[in-house]
Amino acid sequence: MNTVSTNELVSIPALLLRNVSIRGDMPAYREKEFGIWQSWTWSQTSLEIENFALGLRDLGVEKGDFVAIVGRNRPAMYWAMVAVQMLNAVPVPLYQDSVAEEMAYVLEHCGAKYVIVGDQEQVDKILEVQESVSGIEKIIYFDAKGLRKYEHSRLSSFIEVQEKGQSLRESQLTKLDKIRSSITLDDICVMLYTSGTTGRPKGVVLSNRNIIETSKNSAEFDNLKSSEETVAYLPMAWVGDFIFSIGQAYWTGFCVNCPESPETLNTDLREIGPSYYFAPPRVFETQLTSVMIRMEDAGNFKKWLFEKSMALAKRVGGNILDGNSVGVIDRIKYFLGDIFIFGPLKNTLGFSKIRVGYTAGEAIGPEIFEFYRSLGINLKQLYGQTEASVFITQHPDGEVRSDTVGVASPGVELKVAESGEVFYRSPGVFIEYFKNSESTGETKDRDGWVATGDAGFVEEETGHLRIIDRAKDVGKMLDGSLFAPKYVENKLKFYPNILEVVVFGNGREFCTAFINIDLIAVGNWAERMNIAYSSYQELAGHDLVMGTIKEHIEEINQSISEDSMLAGCQINRFLVLHKELDADDGELTRTRKVRRNIIEDKFSDLITALYDGSSSVSTETEVTYEDGRKGSIKATLTIHDTKTIDISQRMAAE
Amino acid sequence: MSNESEGNFVTTDGRNIGGVMMEMKNITLRFGGVVALENISFNILEGEVRAIIGPNGAGKSSMLNVISGFYIPQEGEVIFQGSPRPSLKPFEVAHQGIARTFQNIALFEGMSVLDNVMTGRLTKMKTGIFSQMIWAGKAEREEIENREAVEKIIDFLEIQAIRKTPVSRLPYGLKKRVELARALAAEPNLLLLDEPMAGMNVEEKQDMSRFILDVNSEFGTTIALIEHDMGVVMDLSDRVVVMDYGRKIGDGTPDEVRNNQEVIDAYLGVSHD
Repeated sequence: MNTVSTNELVSIPALLLRNVSIRGDMPAYREKEFGIWQSWTWSQTSLEIENFALGLRDLGVEKGDFVAIVGRNRPAMYWAMVAVQMLNAVPVPLYQDSVAEEMAYVLEHCGAKYVIVGDQEQVDKILEVQESVSGIEKIIYFDAKGLRKYEHSRLSSFIEVQEKGQSLRESQLTKLDKIRSSITLDDICVMLYTSGTTGRPKGVVLSNRNIIETSKNSAEFDNLKSSEETVAYLPMAWVGDFIFSIGQAYWTGFCVNCPESPETLNTDLREIGPSYYFAPPRVFETQLTSVMIRMEDAGNFKKWLFEKSMALAKRVGGNILDGNSVGVIDRIKYFLGDIFIFGPLKNTLGFSKIRVGYTAGEAIGPEIFEFYRSLGINLKQLYGQTEASVFITQHPDGEVRSDTVGVASPGVELKVAESGEVFYRSPGVFIEYFKNSESTGETKDRDGWVATGDAGFVEEETGHLRIIDRAKDVGKMLDGSLFAPKYVENKLKFYPNILEVVVFGNGREFCTAFINIDLIAVGNWAERMNIAYSSYQELAGHDLVMGTIKEHIEEINQSISEDSMLAGCQINRFLVLHKELDADDGELTRTRKVRRNIIEDKFSDLITALYDGSSSVSTETEVTYEDGRKGSIKATLTIHDTKTIDISQRMAAE
Repeated sequence: MSNESEGNFVTTDGRNIGGVMMEMKNITLRFGGVVALENISFNILEGEVRAIIGPNGAGKSSMLNVISGFYIPQEGEVIFQGSPRPSLKPFEVAHQGIARTFQNIALFEGMSVLDNVMTGRLTKMKTGIFSQMIWAGKAEREEIENREAVEKIIDFLEIQAIRKTPVSRLPYGLKKRVELARALAAEPNLLLLDEPMAGMNVEEKQDMSRFILDVNSEFGTTIALIEHDMGVVMDLSDRVVVMDYGRKIGDGTPDEVRNNQEVIDAYLGVSHD
């Protein structure tokens, strides 16, 4: 096969052809199955994808069709996406944990005729959706388990479609080639639904130009090579996964590893040892929490050694990573620490080989961020959006700081409006929201500037962008001082005991908070304290738990009071919620961001109680179980007052 | 579906139920003066899910032990695949293609899940102890084949994450699943489950029910199970035998059994109004 020249690299299928010709025998995908890592080279991958594409074409998939894809990260699911693209049709990956009702909206909205799913669970959901959404003609499933008895007139297996494609290969391959080479930069590459902290999800249409340019720029920024290893475990419907596991993977030709099952992720991570790694802050938080819990159970000597080493790492680790000057003695100590503590710890976490690691999606607590950096893991922050094909700003190596989200990514221009809202323009800027020109117009102006919806500012000396909060969440308190809920919430979420926080106070006299405890961390603590409990609700209402949470809040009040701009955000009163905030109940987005309006609405009785001075409140809340059934929880919650530091007095005293 | 007991029909969900796999003929089992089973007859058809239910002490477990060949009834005979079954040792029963799980989990607690499931393959291993010690040639190939079969079961029952975990560290619900995995590893024709859902919460019961149905439809394994939970039994099984005080008081499809007055009395008590 001839080498494909760069100006022909206009689509993912074109990149696939290029990879086959220059690194056909290198691994493209690995998946752990039956306890062994199975791998596919680029040549094998190409064959799998082409055959599937031929099969799809035979089923009637045509240019411009939307094909929904729902499943966990498996090579076959990625192949399905590229096969759809090969026909110049549009893959629409959906969140696999969406309930049927959410899926129905999206499937109706994009008018998908074909749905490719991972397993029986998804088939069941789509069949349920079919009762209300009429357009779906065919469901193609990958894992046949449990599906043997189903009525198969509208069901096909992935393998069947592939075999059909294989049999047509000889006669139809030239036709497929023709379609493949007709794809242009301006054709649609993928449509991704934003999870939407407000209202219905919107379909973000991204062109080949968006994806290819962004993948190229970002791969060059971090000098990604074809030898990188990544582990694909984040939802396929999320733009990040599309860029990392498809865009960048096909551009640079690195290998994407798929875990055996979601539960085995930690083992699989350790076995692969990714060199390029990506995770939302929550994953890092959870891992840190589990490390801390295990250390609490360790013996005294180990605990002492761990604490000593971490104190040293905190002091010098980040500096060593950034190449700053560090004393010889500290370097020797750190070296020893690396042998005995940091190295093994990194190995346990699966982070031994990380060259570039990113966190994005939400602000990460500075302490969590520093923890990983101090271990010598090159963790950086990235600020991005689906509408930008991910990249807006990111940290260059050697310029990593926890308080900024980095400098503008290559090809991205930034501007900050009068209101403080951040705007950007880049080659990755989306084409439109599907069937929603009104929203498109609101978000993107005629010159291509896109509103991020976040308030922030660019530091003059360094060019680093600092994000304060969601523009619409930043407000004023009654006395005119600044209200930035996220800032406070992130400080509290650093405590392993606290999973989620929602702070209120916009237009009010003082700030209050809802707290969700972390059942794993607090449960472990309860076990050691011999506290018996039967449910989240019972544990959350325990006096000792309340006491601990109260201490945490008073500590952060102290630290907030030191920042004169935000001192008004100290929390005066709080309650621990009787249920965990959950995406199934609409309280969080599928990417686990807090939906403030919905929470304010749903728990308005609790908020009233927080502000009217009452010491307890009774409430009843509707909950949705995983299988879609509904129930309700009744509870009486106590409200606690916390100490705050009065800054006017303090300033007077000084 | 009047000729059900003769077999050879297709269920509403498309599974093939074949001929009679096992037949109990007038079984009576006594322990000294106690009559545990009294003149019981019923059959198990190939490919069906057959449940045995009844209140505590009804003789369900005794019945299962007769099916498995562990108890030899004083009267009556067990006809398995067309011929009367003589008194057998447990390993001989296993070789006949019968596997079971236990009411009180009987796993090797100190061994990993993987090793436990591997023991289920024992009947499939043919190389001698010496070649297994040397670990070369045929023994190695055999181990690899067996491991592959075991991995497929691990995948099927979704226990990959605990593959290397010692069984003693697992919660109850998962232990039950591991026991099912070990029984499946023997590739049985007839799978006996002794209270597979005892002591489970609702979610675990749902998972287990799903697995039992999947085993039946994917591998075509005939399943005989004892269960307490009426709701579960009625949803899972094709036919139900109801026992009380060592006697058979009902036999038929879940619907038939549910409307049988004697069964209602035994299960729910007789109302005295």
